[in-house]
Amino acid sequence: MNNLADALQSDRATATGTARRWLAFASARRFDPLAGRLAPWFFAAALLLLAAGLYVGFRVAPTDAQQGEVYRIIFIHVPAAWMSMFIYLVMAGYSALALVFHTRLSSMMASALAPTGALFTVIALASGALWGQPTWGTWWVWDARLTSELILLFLYLGYMALEAAIDEPRRAERACALLALVGSLNVPVIYFSVQWWNTLHQGASVSFTTAPSMAATMLAGMLLMTLASWMYTIAVALVRVRCILRERGVLAPTDGSRSGSWAG
Amino acid sequence: MSNRPADTHVEATADRGLSARRLGFCRAGRPVFGDIDLAVGPGELLQVTGANGSGKTSLLRVLSGLLEPAAGELRWRARPVRAGESGYLQSLAYVGHTDGIDPDLSAAQNLAFAMRIAGATPSRVRVDHALDSYGMARTMSVPVRRLSLGQRRRVALARLALVPRLLWLLDEPLTALDEQAGDAFQAQLDAHLRAGGMAVVATHRALPAGGRFLHLGG
Amino acid sequence: MPALFAAIVLHDVSLAWRRRGSILSSLLFFVIASSLFPLAIGPDPQQLRALAPGILWVAALLASMLSLARLFAQEHADGSLDQLLLSPHPLALLVLAKICAHWVTSGLPLLLLTPLLAQQYGLPVSSALLLSASLLIGTPVLSLIGGVGAALTLGLRGGAVLLCVLVLPLCVPVLIFGAGAGAAADAGLDAMPQLSLLGACLALSLFLCPIATAAGLRISME
Repeated sequence: MNNLADALQSDRATATGTARRWLAFASARRFDPLAGRLAPWFFAAALLLLAAGLYVGFRVAPTDAQQGEVYRIIFIHVPAAWMSMFIYLVMAGYSALALVFHTRLSSMMASALAPTGALFTVIALASGALWGQPTWGTWWVWDARLTSELILLFLYLGYMALEAAIDEPRRAERACALLALVGSLNVPVIYFSVQWWNTLHQGASVSFTTAPSMAATMLAGMLLMTLASWMYTIAVALVRVRCILRERGVLAPTDGSRSGSWAG
Repeated sequence: MSNRPADTHVEATADRGLSARRLGFCRAGRPVFGDIDLAVGPGELLQVTGANGSGKTSLLRVLSGLLEPAAGELRWRARPVRAGESGYLQSLAYVGHTDGIDPDLSAAQNLAFAMRIAGATPSRVRVDHALDSYGMARTMSVPVRRLSLGQRRRVALARLALVPRLLWLLDEPLTALDEQAGDAFQAQLDAHLRAGGMAVVATHRALPAGGRFLHLGG
Repeated sequence: MPALFAAIVLHDVSLAWRRRGSILSSLLFFVIASSLFPLAIGPDPQQLRALAPGILWVAALLASMLSLARLFAQEHADGSLDQLLLSPHPLALLVLAKICAHWVTSGLPLLLLTPLLAQQYGLPVSSALLLSASLLIGTPVLSLIGGVGAALTLGLRGGAVLLCVLVLPLCVPVLIFGAGAGAAADAGLDAMPQLSLLGACLALSLFLCPIATAAGLRISME
């Protein structure tokens, strides 16, 4: 069945398909062990950067005059919000690749990123609530950014729901890719409309955009946390995509298992 | 599971009709059929046989472009076919094992709409004639939901006469048809083949029109 | 091409007429849903009047979502969707015609009913008419975006709810601008900015959504 297995790696059969078929075959087969080797390094980098970022954020950065110590949650809230947006854009990029070039690995990468993106959205919302309670006395505020984060969470959850609802793996990948693409085109419109809605109905003056002005150390802290999140995201995505490759039958479950290989 | 007609035949018909090389399809990660070679030229009939679940319907849908094959290539007149390519679509007619007609309209209305969708202007005369050739003259204005399964099949097959197409892809056309309708279909198929058309038909029982056979399933 | 478009719209509308039970159900849902809010919130006329544009818009949004599940369902079940996909005409155009027919049978009745329902909320006629105008521009966008969702969830179990889950977040801008237009009109302010933003949404989705829906249909046929 080796012929058929090889043939099944590719997704597109055209006259020029032979070359492309071997390319796709090679990429899935070669990518898998590479991902397995790289993942631990990214996890290690994430831990280091996280330690550095937390140190800067919670020890080095000065106390804010108005908000006291509570403002430090900005070092979690803002990077998480940035990550949730970035990850959605990266998912959309992979989705575009998947739809245009018919590569299954691209849509699998998008699927691998989705839960992490949703996680960061939840972290952003939770940290926003934790910030809001001591500062303004409410657990939730219809601030433009928090509201946009909420809608982004719905987009992520919808993506994961669609993936779960479709049995046929190839249809699931392409449907989710289309959904991510349509969603990403919509996200600027959503952000704009929420911003507009917020300024129109502005009664409360609370806003997460009126964060304390950035000292250099605070910016450094946030950047460190963002980098840590990036490393973590890449590591988790690499691990997850290896599982997905096996779940969807592109690779056999025992492919590439060596003693000591990470999460094979 | 593989079927390789003599390669010379494949080459000969390749530039005048449909040809496929090493066609494979899988569903949910499991192969449905693989390594299929076929070639159909003008005036030729290819009958696809096989047990239930051997992939006859999937093969026809792959040939029509509704499904994308996992492996292999499909060529129409020596040029590779891409899904949704207008030139190929204008050369084929597909009748699936569902009839493709709406139960709330009458047979005549269904066929008129089908003509429009297929790119022709609807002609009442042609619709009447097509339905008449299948013995549906008296029931052509009745809503399809009141027709029997066999009558609905007749309407689905009558569609083939309306817009002339070179390649017919038919999935179990004789299902539910009685002897009289079966004869009408055979006559229609014979006329189509004589006029230089070609057909790939998935069927349980062999059609008297002959042609070559492709057996699916191991 | 225009003849084909008109023929498909007429075909779908006449089919929907024959199955008018389901159209009437979604209209009835709209009426019932918008009548529930006063029961839940209380009969204070000022409060109701202030909330009216938002409530009517949400009810219209939900009613549209419910009716979208049937956009391709019947064709998929009886196999005529295959014929649409095999048509030499551009699929995006055929899809646009179907969505247009869907709007005629769902969005249009909604906005015709709105001035009537607005009376329950004590909304003056001029504001109610402007609210209807916002629905006139906004409900086609809902149908267009919903068409993409309907194509992606074709034939799935739990399809209608999944459709709502996928499409509702994407319709948030339309909701914001539409309800904003209604509220602005009632407050005596200029509603033109909101209406033109709605118009921009309509133009963008008229261009993008049929193409996305056609792609979604091909993906779902696998």
